[in-house]
Amino acid sequence: MSTREILFLEAIREALREEMRRDESVFLMGEDLRIWGSPMGQLQGLWEEFGDRRVLDTPISETGFVGAGAGAAVLGSRPVVELMFIDFFGIAGDQIYNQAPKLRYMFGGRMKVPLVIRTVIGAGNSAAAHHSASVYSIIAHMPGWKCVIPSTPYDAKGLLKTAVRDDDPVMYCEHKMLVNTKGEVPEEEYTIPFGEASIKREGADVTVVALGWMVHKTLKAAEELSKEGIEIEVVDPRTIVPLDRETIINSVKKTGRLVIVDEDHERCGIGSEISAIVSEEAFRSLSAPIKRVTTPTVPIPFSPVLENAVIPNEERIVKAVREVASFA
Amino acid sequence: MEITKETLLEMYRKMQLIRYFEARTKELFAAGKVPGFVHLYSGEEGIAVGVCSALRQNDYIGSTHRGHGHCIAKGGDVKYMMAELYGKETGYCKGKGGSMHIADFDLGILGACGIVGGSIPLSTGAALHFKYNGTDQVAVTFFGDGATNQGSFHESINLAAIWDLPVIFVCENNKYAESTSISSVMKVEKISERASGYGVPGITVDGNDVIAVYETTLEVVERARKGKGPTLVECVTCRHQGHYEGDSGTYRTKEMVEECKKRCPIKRLCTFLQEEGFSSKKEIEDIDKSVEKEVEAAIEFAEKSPWPKPEDALTDVFVSPYY
Ligand SMILES: Cc1ncc(C[n+]2csc(CCOP(=O)(O)OP(=O)(O)O)c2C)c(N)n1
Ligand SMILES: [Mg+2]
Repeated sequence: MSTREILFLEAIREALREEMRRDESVFLMGEDLRIWGSPMGQLQGLWEEFGDRRVLDTPISETGFVGAGAGAAVLGSRPVVELMFIDFFGIAGDQIYNQAPKLRYMFGGRMKVPLVIRTVIGAGNSAAAHHSASVYSIIAHMPGWKCVIPSTPYDAKGLLKTAVRDDDPVMYCEHKMLVNTKGEVPEEEYTIPFGEASIKREGADVTVVALGWMVHKTLKAAEELSKEGIEIEVVDPRTIVPLDRETIINSVKKTGRLVIVDEDHERCGIGSEISAIVSEEAFRSLSAPIKRVTTPTVPIPFSPVLENAVIPNEERIVKAVREVASFA
Repeated sequence: MEITKETLLEMYRKMQLIRYFEARTKELFAAGKVPGFVHLYSGEEGIAVGVCSALRQNDYIGSTHRGHGHCIAKGGDVKYMMAELYGKETGYCKGKGGSMHIADFDLGILGACGIVGGSIPLSTGAALHFKYNGTDQVAVTFFGDGATNQGSFHESINLAAIWDLPVIFVCENNKYAESTSISSVMKVEKISERASGYGVPGITVDGNDVIAVYETTLEVVERARKGKGPTLVECVTCRHQGHYEGDSGTYRTKEMVEECKKRCPIKRLCTFLQEEGFSSKKEIEDIDKSVEKEVEAAIEFAEKSPWPKPEDALTDVFVSPYY
C-alpha cells in the first residue's frame, strides 16, 4: 500500500470528502464551516466542492443545530455536525443527553440515529476553562453514544469514515494539539473498525493505556524509560465506546502492570472505568496496583504554569511507570 | 440633562485606555507574552464606555469573550487585567482566567465569558437578586449579534420581561459572528426588533456615538430602577481587528475595514470635544499621555509579577478544601 505524509486535519478533510462523494445523504453543519472551513481549517475546500446544500453554516444555536442533526438522521440523512469545542456540549445538553442517544432505545429499536458530532477536545494552549476540556468520559457515561478519540492522521481518517457509516450517534473528538501534526496515511481507501485498539509500541514490562494527545506524551516517556531498562507497551484504545477490553487485558496479562494516561478529569473518568475492568477481569495477572495519570477534577486553568500543572506530562507518566514497575 | 465636560473627558479617557491597552495586548500576544485566545474590542469602545458611564459603581455588568473594554469601562484596573492576561499570580483571577475570564465583584464586574450567550442568564440573575432584595441597582448584560441566536438570550429576556427585572440587554452588533455575516444567520433587519416578541422595548443606537449610547442608557436605566423592567438596546458597531488574534479576516474586504476605522468612536468624540470647545488639543494630548503611562506601568507590573504556584491549580474549586 502506498502512503504519503499528511496533516491530521487533512486526514479529517479527506475522510469527509470521500464519504460525501460516496453518499449523497452525508452533509455538514456547524458554525463557520464555509469561509473558515471550521476554525482550524479541517473542512477547507469542502464548501467549494459540495456547495451550500451540503455545507450548512449555522447560527450560534447549539441546541437547535445538534438537535436538527439528530432529527434529520432519524429520517435517513447522515449529518456530520460540528460542535466547536466539547466544552459546549452542555448548551445542547438536552439533545446530547436525552434525545439523540436515547431515541432508538425509547422507541423500542424502531429507528436509528446515524449522527456524527465532530468536536475539539484538549488543553495545551492556555485556552482556559471554557475551551480546553477533554470530557469525553461524560459522553461515554451516557447510554447511546459511541465515542472516538484518534491520535494519528491514519486513525483519524479511518475512524471518521467508519463514524459516518455507523448507524448510531458517534462523538468524534479531535485533539487541538494534534490537528496540525503529520503522519503516514495510505493513498488507497480504508476504514478502521470501532472497538479495535492499536498497539503503538510493544513492550514486556508495563502496559500503558493512553488516548489522544496522551499517546504522544506516553511514547516520548517510553524512550526515557527504555534507557532505564523499562519497556512499556502503549495501547491506544482509539474508541472508548466500544472499548477493546480484550487487547487491554491481553497486554496486562503479558506485563502484569498497568498505567492509564488520560487527559480527562480523574473522578469518574474513562481511566477509572478501564481500571475497574482490568481489576474485575484480570485481577490475578496484576503484580502491582493500577495507576492513573490524569487531570485533576478542576476546570482547566488559563496560566501556562497552572495548565502544565494539571495536564499529564512526560514527567508524571515516567514517575508513575517507575512506581508500578518497581512494585514488588 | 446637560452632559458635563468632566463626563465627556472621562469617557474619552476610558475609550483611549481601552484602545491603548489592546494595541499593546496585540503586540504582547504576537511576542508570545500573552497566551491563549485574545479577542480585541477596538472600534467598539463607544458601547462599553457609553453604557458604563451611565451606571453606578454598585450596578453590575456581565461580559463576553470580547471583554477587555467592558472591564476597563466599569473601572477595572489595567494593572490587574494585564497581569491576568500574562497568567500571573497578581492578576484579577490569580492567573486562572485569562483574557476571556476576568471579573471584579467590587467594581460590579460579574465576569467575562468564553461561552457565547453564557453570561446573559447570569446578569439576569443579578437583576433578580436586586429585585428580590428591593435595591435600586441594575444589571447590564453585554453580548454580540451572534449571541442573540442562542436560547439563553431568548429565555433570559423573557424571564426579565415577565418579572420586570432591572436588567438592560445591550447587544453589540458588529455584524459578524467570527467569519459569519449576520445576514446569513438572522432574518430580522434590526436585532432590537427581537424585543417585541417578549413585550420589551427595543432601541437601536449608533454604537460608535458614545454620547448617544450614554444618553440612551441613562433613560433605560432610569426605567429599570423604577421597576419598569428590561430594555433591549442594540448598538450598531464594527470591529477594527479580526475576530481574534490570528484571524486572517478574509470574510471582510480591506475597504470594509477601512470604512469601519473611519467611523472610529474615539476620533468622533475627539473631534466633537474640540469643535464644541469642550477641550483644547493640549488637554486631549495630556489624556493620551496619561493613558499610555498607565498601560506601560501595567505591563511592567505584569512582567515583574510572580507566576502562580503550580499547586494553586487545585485551589478555588470549592469553598471547602479541594478533594
Ligand atoms: C456556545 C459557543 N458557541 C460557539 C463559540 C465560538 N465563538 C466564540 S466567539 C463567536 C462569535 C460570537 O459572535 P457575536 O456574539 O456576534 O460576538 P462578537 O465576537 O462579534 O463580539 C463564536 C461562534 C463559543 N465561544 N461559544
Ligand atoms: Mg458579532
